[in-house]
Amino acid sequence: MDPLSAFTDPLFRLPLAAGAVAAAVLPLLGALLRLREEWLAALGLAHIAAGGALAGMGLGVPAVASGPAAAGVAAALKTFAAARGNTAYAVMILLGWSATLVLAANTPLGESLAHAMVDGQLYFAGWPELGGLLGFAAVTLAALPWLMHRLIRARFFPEHERANGLPAWRWHLAFDLLVAAGMALGTATVGLMGAFALAFLPPWAAFRVAPGWRAALMLAAGMGLGAYLLAFLAAMAWDQPFGPILVGGLLAVTGAVAMAPGWQSRSG
Amino acid sequence: MAEATLNAAGRTGAAAPGPREPGMLVAAHDLVVGYERPVLGPVSFGVAPGEVVGIWGPNGVGKSTLLKGVAGTARVHAGRLERSAELRLAYQGQQPVRLAEMPFRGREYLAYLDAQHAEPPARLAGWLDRRVDRLSGGQFQLLTVWACLASGADLVLLDEPSNNLDPQSVELLTDLLRTPEGHGAVLLVSHEWAFLDAACDRRLEVSPWTP
Repeated sequence: MDPLSAFTDPLFRLPLAAGAVAAAVLPLLGALLRLREEWLAALGLAHIAAGGALAGMGLGVPAVASGPAAAGVAAALKTFAAARGNTAYAVMILLGWSATLVLAANTPLGESLAHAMVDGQLYFAGWPELGGLLGFAAVTLAALPWLMHRLIRARFFPEHERANGLPAWRWHLAFDLLVAAGMALGTATVGLMGAFALAFLPPWAAFRVAPGWRAALMLAAGMGLGAYLLAFLAAMAWDQPFGPILVGGLLAVTGAVAMAPGWQSRSG
Repeated sequence: MAEATLNAAGRTGAAAPGPREPGMLVAAHDLVVGYERPVLGPVSFGVAPGEVVGIWGPNGVGKSTLLKGVAGTARVHAGRLERSAELRLAYQGQQPVRLAEMPFRGREYLAYLDAQHAEPPARLAGWLDRRVDRLSGGQFQLLTVWACLASGADLVLLDEPSNNLDPQSVELLTDLLRTPEGHGAVLLVSHEWAFLDAACDRRLEVSPWTP
């Protein structure tokens, strides 16, 4: 097919737009996760979202609702249990993986649905997914300046909150819920590994080469969006599954940026 | 420099809130601090606005625990600690958080830490457009001290701020502390007598808790 028809065909406009929103916003949350050394959160919450979405579909609840609900409950439980760090997310990965496969084996059409959840079902994304992602993006972009300030201060001066009696749990929970919503909606559109790769790889490269924080955020979002558009085009042109192509594209783009000679000295 | 050696026989009793001593940001009365068990005290002292007070004692005596007690992150086992509810604290621990990758320019780092209540001194200006993870350990430590001093806090708590600094950096740190404009009172911990002598208005010598 004509590669450009991937961008112009009305059939693909909604999927293209939904994925683009996820590709631009998930790297921003991924940058904060990396700063908190909690990047495994992206994979843990994506697994829980996949399991929750599959359970929801078995009960007749749309994946775009059940996935975020499951991930949100997991994130809230983690916050209230004060389980900071990657151990809680590793448990989520194992729990989500186990639940997804068990549900797949015991649900009508479960296997194909589980496959779609892991690989991504971008081409079936419609208004529910796009609407959910636009709402998530609007909330994230509105909350992030306020939230980021507090999260960064808490990261670098961890005693500050307790010394000043600040209700820090509110912004830690708000961030965890944002990540849960983003990873769940991302998993429902670009797939489990695609959503994880968007939250992990662009921040990884941006942290290596960006001269500052604002530049790191812009670079991460730019790499996410750029790699996504390339992957969308390539998957359509060569009739390939989208999820693996997206992950491969992100690996190529972020690897090239991170390893580009001269970046390190320029940013020093 | 005035000096006070404040230690007495240990005693038991619960910490109790009390009226704040006039003119003091914090005031400790026979304070015993620790974690599961008492570590240091009893000790009595106060910090007035604008003062730079140094806590001195040998390694392991519990100086950092006393600072944490003032910050509210260590347990008060006995005595009384008076602290205004409106008191705004800045606290730098013994090991400032320094990640392997911190893609923040110096001025971004200061801005996110609200350190905008005073202009950075000229000697820090050269670091403001560099990534903080590319600064030397000493430069980064001085930047974190400045972040606390310029945060607008009423009381700045610094735990061993001169650790790992070369003599020139200790001199710059002393200058930052001795320049009262732009920062509140300071309560700091150090085991370096000469630094405390040069940087502080008063020194408290503390000893471990004895039951």
